[in-house]
Amino acid sequence: MSHDTVMTADHDDAAGYYTPGSPLVDTKAPDAPIAERWETRKFEARLVNPANRRKLNVIIVGTGLAGASAAATMGEAGYHVKTFCYQDSPRRAHSIAAQGGINAAKNYKEDGDSVHRLFYDTVKGGDYRSRESNVYRLAEVSTNIIDQCVAQGVPFAREYGGLLDNRSFGGVQVSRTFYARGQTGQQLLIGAYQALERQIAAGTVAMYSRHEMLELVVADGKARGIIARDMVTGEIQTHLADVVVLASGGYGNVFYLSTNAMGSNVTAAWRAHRKGAYMANPCYTQIHPTCIPVTGTHQSKLTLMSESLRNDGRIWVPKNQADCDKDPRDIPEEDRDYYLERIYPAFGNLVPRDIASRAAKYQCDDGRGVGPEVDGVRRGVYLDFADAIERLGRDAVENKYGNLFDMYARITGEDPYAVPMRIYPAVHYVMGGLWVDYDLQSTIPGLFVTGEANFSDHGANRLGASALMQGLADGYFVLPHTIRDYLADGPFEPIAEDHPAVVEARASVEGRIEHFLTVNGERSVDSYHRELGNIMWEYCGMERTEDGLKKAIDLIRSLKDDFYRNVKVLGSAETLNQSLEKAGRVADFFELGELMCIDALNRRESCGGHFRGESQTEDGEALRHDDEFAYVSAWEWAGEDAAPVLHKEDLVYSAIEMKQRSYK
Amino acid sequence: MNLTLKIWRQPDASSAGAMHTYQLADVSEDMSFLEMLDVLNEQLNAEGEEPIAFDSDCREGICGACGLMINGDAHGPEVTTTCQLHMRSFKDGETITIEPWRSEGFPVVKDLIVDRSAFDRIIQQGGYVSVNTGSAPEAHSVPVPKEDADRAFNVATCIGCGACVAACPNGSASLFMGAKITHLGLLPQGQPERDERVVNMVAQHDFEGFGGCTNIGACTAACPKEIPLDVISQLNKDLRTAIRHGH
Repeated sequence: MSHDTVMTADHDDAAGYYTPGSPLVDTKAPDAPIAERWETRKFEARLVNPANRRKLNVIIVGTGLAGASAAATMGEAGYHVKTFCYQDSPRRAHSIAAQGGINAAKNYKEDGDSVHRLFYDTVKGGDYRSRESNVYRLAEVSTNIIDQCVAQGVPFAREYGGLLDNRSFGGVQVSRTFYARGQTGQQLLIGAYQALERQIAAGTVAMYSRHEMLELVVADGKARGIIARDMVTGEIQTHLADVVVLASGGYGNVFYLSTNAMGSNVTAAWRAHRKGAYMANPCYTQIHPTCIPVTGTHQSKLTLMSESLRNDGRIWVPKNQADCDKDPRDIPEEDRDYYLERIYPAFGNLVPRDIASRAAKYQCDDGRGVGPEVDGVRRGVYLDFADAIERLGRDAVENKYGNLFDMYARITGEDPYAVPMRIYPAVHYVMGGLWVDYDLQSTIPGLFVTGEANFSDHGANRLGASALMQGLADGYFVLPHTIRDYLADGPFEPIAEDHPAVVEARASVEGRIEHFLTVNGERSVDSYHRELGNIMWEYCGMERTEDGLKKAIDLIRSLKDDFYRNVKVLGSAETLNQSLEKAGRVADFFELGELMCIDALNRRESCGGHFRGESQTEDGEALRHDDEFAYVSAWEWAGEDAAPVLHKEDLVYSAIEMKQRSYK
Repeated sequence: MNLTLKIWRQPDASSAGAMHTYQLADVSEDMSFLEMLDVLNEQLNAEGEEPIAFDSDCREGICGACGLMINGDAHGPEVTTTCQLHMRSFKDGETITIEPWRSEGFPVVKDLIVDRSAFDRIIQQGGYVSVNTGSAPEAHSVPVPKEDADRAFNVATCIGCGACVAACPNGSASLFMGAKITHLGLLPQGQPERDERVVNMVAQHDFEGFGGCTNIGACTAACPKEIPLDVISQLNKDLRTAIRHGH
């Protein structure tokens, strides 16, 4: 496979890997003071009268918070909605696994919270790499979400007076997080799922579960439908509509091991990307510091444990490599290195996620990790509650963290009350995603993108309890308003099943399936996925460097090449075939992984979850370069063997001042 | 450890199935049960036999996608989901029998995968509050006693996995249904549709071919979220009340 080489600026690490493109601008956010933009847009977006809504068809892919909420709301409004999910039921989407909570600027605690403060915290938390108009709107509609969910019967935690309880979360100084014990995502998703099921019963929404979108239909410049595979019968189906919404989640599984669900994938978004939707900031990945470590090559996924554990647990590794395989209780105090407390005395164990994650990696790279050796390295650090148990008593610790301790014990077989826990960072969320304007519309007219699948709200780093907020904000309160401005021009001229765009899309899907089933090579899909994940984790994970990223790109290209020639997929296309499903997803992960590396290579600065080894302060802190990199990288697919095209959207802040963070 | 696995294989819904026996060596006790099956599938794939199909997604015990009958117990010997069951619960040399959920309400799709869409259809018959987006009052306008909110949460933790049905000799989904009736019945938001909800959900439940409850309690024993049996008492009480109200 050949790759075009092109000229770019001398200092650009990614020179030769991409083609510079024209600047990109969001034209949809009104030119008004920030607090008035959303009201203005809602007023200016054209209305669709109820009689016309019945004539308009909407496809929504994904039934997590962003998809189910949008489907329910659009159904209630009277549109014809078709909704797709790969799971057996819409209730299983991975939003369900979110533990901590959902932020909203209700200011019930009268502790100085406001829409502006939530906006400010989110932009700052995103390390000044998000678009301020979108973030302000997110903060504005956050309060409506809580009202809506309570009315649906979501059982949030309450105080003795019967009012809603709040807690502080993720290092902010106000209590604005609403929660349902450690299962907030589950309760919010079930709320949205029930609203969706109500519309299915009402006949406004048709649900296609165990269906996977494999291609986007773009006809005459507009997104007009999808090609989906019925995962039970193998039937390839064409679904046409006036508009398509992708709410298909994040692509953390490009790393193979992550806290995502096994089925979480990039295919819907990537197929749209190949059809003209730009992919924005793909390298922005959030790595969560407190996950249960890998135990062996059989590991299929990683489990996150709430960050709240860092409030009372102390993180350490042995000072001497020779102690790493000892029982931790036999290592005396003077031989332990409480490295976060040592390096960051002001914040100690409570430093932000990315700093805590990177510090753990450095200890293990230094040969001082603990736990089982996997591929010759011990990747784990201790999270020790011995002091907390002595200070507060076992009962108090059990009250606070009992369910987490139980989960840990079940997975590891160790008793965390007696032996320190072992933790290690894991990929948890991606801030990157398809580029959207203020209306959540991608660069393909008629293709809208919501939730984790878009890039818009979290910049280079997402704050805790903000993913649930964004998913529901997009689905309940933003998309239903912005999409009507597009649909006001519809219904669009019907397209036939023999339209060249449909024929091409179907042929592409069928060709891929045919290829995977006939290669008849030597290696399983999973073995390729695991190897790709190792490359991404090693070179495009917690710390990225020019040399490492270039090496990763070479490795990915040759592995992808091998995959197409040597993968082994058994079974047929006409039945349920999980290897075949995975093969398509892994094929797309290869291309995404390469783009992530190119994006990371271009961004020679450190910001949020993206840490470039070449861009750090003398103390090893992330160093942003606002003069050079205050832009969104929006990548255009240029063809199978062509270098991608980089379009930059400049980030302009009118309501907030950019600052460099410090946690020392 | 080394294991003998007896696994139900069935090509599709309309074909007959049978138990197949496989040997699996070098299983680590740190593997989850599903990771053990992943390893078996790698072995089968290498040998040219199609891998065994089974459902799983989050693999952290919350999505409800996984669920196997393991040695006759729904989700196996521990009170947890199949994905959170680990091989340290088994012994070297053991023979493990693995089957799909067994119930008329859950037809087999392939191998260990069943069709649980009946649960969605039961929810469609009233397992919700009828409130359109945007029409909600301010969240603090209606206080809810903490005790009610806590109990509503506890029963709302149902993950819809279907273990209750699989464990029940009658194949009843009463625990699943009772959990939803109780969750919404405890909250002020659930009151306006309370009678209608229980009547319609129960009718759908029976229509789907799930059996009646005879208070055996196998459901609650198998439930990975430990939904208590008394949600079925609440279900029955709500149904009596609704009938008395003329439904």
